[in-house]
Amino acid sequence: MMDSSKASNAGIARSVPPASVGEVRDSVLEVDDFRLAFQVRGRDRNAIRGVSFSVGRNDSYGLVGESGCGKSTVALAIVKYLPRNAHIQSGAIRVNGADVFQMGNAELRRLRATTVSMVYQNPGAALNPAIRVGDQVAETFRVSGSHRAEALARARAMLVKVQIADPDGVMRRYPHQLSGGMQQRVVIAMALAHNPALLILDEPTTGLDATVEAEVLDLIVALRKEFGISILLISHNLGLVARMCRRIGVLYAGRLVEEGSSDAVLSDPRHPYTVGLLRAVPRWGTSKSHGLLDTIPGLPPAIGANIPGCVFADRCGLVQDICQQQEPQLFELDGGRTSRCFFHEKAHLLPTVEAGPKIASRAMAVGAPLVRVEHLSKTFRQDGHPVKGVVDVSLSIRPGEALGLVGESGSGKTTLARVLLGLTPPDAGATIDIEGKALRPQISDRPDDQIRALQMVFQNPGGSLNRRHSVRRIIGRALTRLIGLAGRAREQRILELAQSVRLDRALLDLWPVQLSGGLKQRVAIARAFAGEPRLVIADEPTSALDVSVQAAILNLLVKLQADKGVTYLFISHDLGVVRYLSDRIAVLYLGRLMEVGDAETVFQGPHHPYTEALLSAAPILKGEARERIRLHGEIPNASAPPSGCVFHTRCPRFIGDICVKEEPPLAEQEPGHFIRCHHPIEELRRMQRPAPAPATVPGEPSR
Amino acid sequence: MATAIDELVALPARQVARRERLRLLWRSPTFLVGLVVVAFWVLCALVGRLLVPHDPYLPDLLSRLKPPSAAHWFGTDDIGRDVFSRVIVGARGILTVAPLATLLGTVAGTSIGLVAGYFRGIVDEVLMRVVDAFLAVPVVITGMLGLVALGPSTATLILVIGFVFTPLIARTVRAAVLAEREMEYVQAGRLRKENALYMMFVEILPNVLGPVLVEFTVRLGYAIFATATLSFLGFGIQPPAADWGLNLHDQYIYLTGGLWWPVLFPALAIATLVVGVNLLADGLAQVYER
Amino acid sequence: MGRFLLRRFGLALVTLWLLSIIVFVAAHVFPGDVGRRILGPFADPAAVASLNHQLGTDQPILSQYWSWLSGAVTGHLGTSLNYRDSVASLLGRAIGNSAKLGVVAFVLVVPLGILGGIVAALNRDRFLDRFITVAGLSAAVIPEFVWAIVVIILFGVVLRVLPVTAQAPEGSGVLTQLEYLILPAIALVLVLFGYIARITRAGMIEALDADYTRTAVLKGLSWATVIRRHVLRNALLPTVAVVASQTGYLIGGLVVIELIFNYPGIGYLLFTAAQKKDFPLLQGGVMFVGLVYLTATLLADIAYSLLNPRIRYGSAE
Repeated sequence: MMDSSKASNAGIARSVPPASVGEVRDSVLEVDDFRLAFQVRGRDRNAIRGVSFSVGRNDSYGLVGESGCGKSTVALAIVKYLPRNAHIQSGAIRVNGADVFQMGNAELRRLRATTVSMVYQNPGAALNPAIRVGDQVAETFRVSGSHRAEALARARAMLVKVQIADPDGVMRRYPHQLSGGMQQRVVIAMALAHNPALLILDEPTTGLDATVEAEVLDLIVALRKEFGISILLISHNLGLVARMCRRIGVLYAGRLVEEGSSDAVLSDPRHPYTVGLLRAVPRWGTSKSHGLLDTIPGLPPAIGANIPGCVFADRCGLVQDICQQQEPQLFELDGGRTSRCFFHEKAHLLPTVEAGPKIASRAMAVGAPLVRVEHLSKTFRQDGHPVKGVVDVSLSIRPGEALGLVGESGSGKTTLARVLLGLTPPDAGATIDIEGKALRPQISDRPDDQIRALQMVFQNPGGSLNRRHSVRRIIGRALTRLIGLAGRAREQRILELAQSVRLDRALLDLWPVQLSGGLKQRVAIARAFAGEPRLVIADEPTSALDVSVQAAILNLLVKLQADKGVTYLFISHDLGVVRYLSDRIAVLYLGRLMEVGDAETVFQGPHHPYTEALLSAAPILKGEARERIRLHGEIPNASAPPSGCVFHTRCPRFIGDICVKEEPPLAEQEPGHFIRCHHPIEELRRMQRPAPAPATVPGEPSR
Repeated sequence: MATAIDELVALPARQVARRERLRLLWRSPTFLVGLVVVAFWVLCALVGRLLVPHDPYLPDLLSRLKPPSAAHWFGTDDIGRDVFSRVIVGARGILTVAPLATLLGTVAGTSIGLVAGYFRGIVDEVLMRVVDAFLAVPVVITGMLGLVALGPSTATLILVIGFVFTPLIARTVRAAVLAEREMEYVQAGRLRKENALYMMFVEILPNVLGPVLVEFTVRLGYAIFATATLSFLGFGIQPPAADWGLNLHDQYIYLTGGLWWPVLFPALAIATLVVGVNLLADGLAQVYER
Repeated sequence: MGRFLLRRFGLALVTLWLLSIIVFVAAHVFPGDVGRRILGPFADPAAVASLNHQLGTDQPILSQYWSWLSGAVTGHLGTSLNYRDSVASLLGRAIGNSAKLGVVAFVLVVPLGILGGIVAALNRDRFLDRFITVAGLSAAVIPEFVWAIVVIILFGVVLRVLPVTAQAPEGSGVLTQLEYLILPAIALVLVLFGYIARITRAGMIEALDADYTRTAVLKGLSWATVIRRHVLRNALLPTVAVVASQTGYLIGGLVVIELIFNYPGIGYLLFTAAQKKDFPLLQGGVMFVGLVYLTATLLADIAYSLLNPRIRYGSAE
């Protein structure tokens, strides 16, 4: 039945009697009414409530859902690597026709070695830190019987296939000596070693930089074509799934609510949840001036909850009585689509949650800047070497605007924020003003009004609130310390703040651990606004949140800005979110400003080659077709930056010697638009003009 | 316009979890056994004197070293005192010294750990070197040295044992503080220009109490061990107390002659108390870990 | 890696120096008048003064400290008040005995402890794990002298199979010496097993739960291969540190065991020193024990840095 040689795999044509209408024949993977529960503190809690889908030969399928929907559990179930407290209640998972749940240990091992491979997030952790990379890759070949020398040779060949430039060097190294992108390539090499029939990717690029992510994805697409592998991609990122997968399944609370071709589902969703999800994602090209994002009210059901009717009923805007009483069956739609909703025809009529007029930007284009930064540098010492985190940054932030700070790892954006906040001192020679008055480098030297004026919202809502303090205490302390309120006045103000972030007063006496991520972030925002700040620095405030919750928080930030006229410095790696929220954008690379300008101008073009590459790398849902620019090579180490223009080693618009020898100044090439490039702006405009309808197949590099 | 109350996680989640944990605790055999044993000895410490059949301090030179019998369940020791009574009453000394010493060590150790972990830099280095210096020598030896220097008495015993445990607890607390320090709520506090004392004791301390409590229960077992050992060596609780360690100190020379009862029963008493405390601690850790 | 070790070595020296201060303070400052302490509260003041002069304890404290420290560094630790012999040579004789007992115990307990920890981790939360963990820890917390007594009663008095002292008669061969050392070694094994097993178990669990273990399993390797090749080398790293810290205890901390088994090791020596208020011997002995411990931990650091590629090779290029 199961055989490890590839030839046999290709030769097997399973004839499985159809279990349900619409099942794909000759499928590599068949998940058949899979149900699973976890035993926690003595009780069984339902996690997967009957999931069925299949992935055909050479096909690509994306499983989409937010956190807690069970997608990773499904993935691990396919290779039967589940935690000890997981109980499979019913159903089957068939790989090439064989039910994984019925397999013995030896069969399972063969399956894992040769038929199914997994790649998941955090590649650094996936590699054994104590074994050399070459040996780890070679191990996959030794499992099937190759002896040492042959295995190493095949490993080397595999590394070349995943486009690693120096395979011998990499093989000798240990995982911690490689960059994130390199590590992920190694993991992919191991996964594809035996030419598996199915490759499962579980959030494979979360945590990687945008440009590195783009390269890794391209690699996967190319390898897939070459080897003829089926792909199951699991992600919360709709854009990613749209780009990589032909078919898509939407998972909610352990149930598949919609399935179909990704083009069809994402352009014309037929389930209220999918509709809501798509509305919550900032579409490419939209900004806050176009209107608020829509959100999905409520929270997903907890694991183990007993749900008699539709799993989505209590959050659905189209809910009727029947939805609560009876679970909808899987409705067949044309084009091989299915939807688990009684009212699938009306899905697009889902009422919006966020009503309200368009928010006008209060950014003031003229007048004195709120914050002025001149010649700010920050040098660290690492292992005895000086490392420049931020190099000669001069910037001004206008009152009432939202300035988006964009950059990948090593860009210095977090360092810049920390220096502004006084958490770390800059190098000598920097000037930082707020409202015309000097800002002392150390927070302990700053007067109280400046402390009040500058506050921050952090990336990790769980970590930013003291687990042992109640919400009331957290907000109250900020009020006491920053404004000096006490007693009744303070209680009053707490209520006002809670209301302004739409936090119900019943929540004030709870502990952070009892709140969801979105609620925690609201508390953090309330705390930041307690002292009526002038500038709020938001460092990836929504990265740790689910898509629907992210929309709510972004809306909140937009509204607060409109109401109070506060200024934002918004740091993010997600260009869609940055574009939505920001009035102006600053792009950082290796601690240097590469471009500063109005959001629309920077995004439309002409722009700096690095910005161009970043935009090109971002997976989008739909929108204008863009030429794919690919950056080659890794982000250079900040302790040894390239000479001249630091971007020249990866620049797709590289000129020649001048880029290597001379660093271009940050020049105002258009009114309000600064670019650090040797190309004059007209040149950039010409080169970056969008190409006519691409003759190449989408997904292939354009150069 | 919907308010965020829709996003509410089931309100009594925290209370439900606590109730479930308590239920598991009562069902856990390790916890229950530990509880029974410790409760028994605590009872002996409190009211033992009233319950014993013989006077534990009264010598009876006519009944020296008699083996266990109906009159003397555990036999008599070398000056004719009833071993059973002495074992029962002996609980008091050790159960006074050990918890107090542990408390002292915990308070001191937590403070040092907090300061070292929060300030880091030179303060941390200096404190940790001193801690390392103490940890370089086995507990018994440091104990002996301290008691020789200060002279043995119940008060100095508490002081010395507490002192000896301080470095260990300081290290654990410091590690926990270092982890907490990286969390964003600490940075948020700095952004409010909170002073160091506030940050350490109001913000960080509540979050490291978990490990502190675990340390306390573990150290309690070791404190009992240390008290008994030091008393056995003659540096701890002084005669004429009926302390177990002291009993062993007096009686163990008779062991080679085959007179095992004045030695075995106090030894078993020490063993059961220590194991009981340990089971209690283990039961608690089990439930709070899951 | 060199930088790491250099730093460790420097810190060890600082710690040793701090220890010397602590020991000196305890031996000289706290007791107050040393001469009075030795001769007792009723002695003649002239005799006390004369003894103080003889010992050099009527000098200013700092110069006393300095002369002791400079002597100690060169190996002259003073003269024992009790034995009238040089502290160094007394220690020298005791070290040999302590080393023998320490080695026997070490060789028995370390493999057993590691094995126990591994077995416990592989059977996590099942009966075997709970048994090993709870039994091991309970055994560990019971004072050694309790174990010593139990073991003596069982094997020496009731069963009469093993001798109840640890010191073999003069000139005995290796096997006879071993026979005498077994009982105390068993007691030590009971005490130390739980601790080593617990650390090993924790290290194993962390390694078992790690992503790289998952990768290894999903490569199709057998469970035995995964454990052997992937898990163990990461799991045992913390154990190295712990085992090293126990060496200090095994060499100098066995006061009670040596007492009960009548064995003239360092612990016994320090005990008599404490009893007789023999400060020079006490000082020198404690310093020596501290030195052994710090050396052991330094060796452990070296081993750790050799085994851990992150330290050995530094960070990414």
